[in-house]
Amino acid sequence: MDISIIQDSIPRLLHGAVTTVELTAVSLAFGLCLAVPFAIMRTHRNPLLWMPVYAFNFYFRGTPLLVQVFLVYYGSGQFQIFLTQVGLWTFFQQATFCAVLTLTLNTAAYTCEILRGGIEAISFGEIEAARACGMSGLLLYRRIILPKAFRLAWPAYTNEVVFLLQATSLVSIITVMDITGVARMVASRSFAFYELYITAAILYLILVYGVLSFFRKVEYRLSGHLRHPSLR
Amino acid sequence: MRKWSLVILLLVLAVCWFGNASAADSTKKLRIGTEGAYPPFNFKDNNGKLAGFDIDIAEALSKEMGMECEFKEQDWDGLIPGLLSKKFDAIVASMSITDERKQKVDFSNKYYQTPARFVTKKGAGITVSKEGLKGKTVGVQRATIHENFIRDMFGDSVVVKAYPTQDEADMDLVAGRLDLMIADATVLLSGFLATDAGKGFEFIGPSYVDKKWFGEGVGIAVRKGDDKLREKLNKAIDTIRTNGVYRNINAKYFNFDVYGQ
Repeated sequence: MDISIIQDSIPRLLHGAVTTVELTAVSLAFGLCLAVPFAIMRTHRNPLLWMPVYAFNFYFRGTPLLVQVFLVYYGSGQFQIFLTQVGLWTFFQQATFCAVLTLTLNTAAYTCEILRGGIEAISFGEIEAARACGMSGLLLYRRIILPKAFRLAWPAYTNEVVFLLQATSLVSIITVMDITGVARMVASRSFAFYELYITAAILYLILVYGVLSFFRKVEYRLSGHLRHPSLR
Repeated sequence: MRKWSLVILLLVLAVCWFGNASAADSTKKLRIGTEGAYPPFNFKDNNGKLAGFDIDIAEALSKEMGMECEFKEQDWDGLIPGLLSKKFDAIVASMSITDERKQKVDFSNKYYQTPARFVTKKGAGITVSKEGLKGKTVGVQRATIHENFIRDMFGDSVVVKAYPTQDEADMDLVAGRLDLMIADATVLLSGFLATDAGKGFEFIGPSYVDKKWFGEGVGIAVRKGDDKLREKLNKAIDTIRTNGVYRNINAKYFNFDVYGQ
């Protein structure tokens, strides 16, 4: 165990940690924006609405994330001429963009299915009651269905966030310098594999701990009505 | 009852599997770690079989030493860790002999030595100097002497992108994500420039052989203290150099002697 290598590489690893957090946060934000309408479409009766979302989810949940990353990054490289013509190459040229795009679509698919579970778990009586009060369409979703669904889906969504944070480590393979990427770069030169990867593991643990405590706080607030009055 | 028999079956299978793994160690096999993504030195042919200069040399050396050789494929940056954890006994994967690596493994004498060069798009108008390369993106294979070289020499003026394999760097140069690429000149020539994808690209700048980064040529890595194997390999290299076997293998891939001076 060589402590000096760890000390020397900490600044670079922290820089990588910033990249990891950015990748996770941006992908989560965009992914959630996609997942909400997708989940609504997914639970709709009309096949024209749920079928495309079903296909999307089936693809992104049914293929390994690594394959998706390769497909977006090196796959887009093959269509460089076409992408330049439509003005998208400036985006696809950057590894970070490809990474965020893949992670966003991947997490959107999983989050959509998590939310679908939440939406379908709402008892029909509550929706009936809302309808009886004159709510329908977007109002019904905004006031009753989505808040309830989020509350029900929250623990499962926490899982997805942790999963995504760790999944970002795959993007080091397309030259993005996240925690794993930096650890790999330093380790491959110093051959201090144990030291670097244990440091990387600890950094991930710290990040996951932060995520978990934040989500637990939110969960606590969301479930106030379920606790015994003496515990509130 | 059925549950228990399943558990026992799994345990028996596990024991058999571990038993097998340790039994293989004691035979007179030379287990060689290689990468398989570094044409023309080591790559997969159309049938998915390992081929190339390194593979032929490894087979010739094993034959010379009277051993049977078995290739283990491993990603480039996992080769030295794989050797150290005894997944194989020697690395024949175009690994240059450098001081940094010598701290972890021992090397045989060199079996070839070729310079490093930059490749870029024809007519890109780039000059190789600190100013000329300012802001350019350079692709390189991760954990190579070329990565060390580019980071040390031009690290403050270029953006370095490190790839798991040379093939992936090639793809990104073609796709326009890279301005330049630096690697072994022989690999760039026959693995890239001579292929369809490499049309429209050319060498620029000098040939680099600085000993500080590029070492004493390419050798075979063995675990530290495995002197018996190292000396046998050295003897075998000398033998195939003199008896013409090396020359025949060399002629299969190159029209010049890659052994260097």
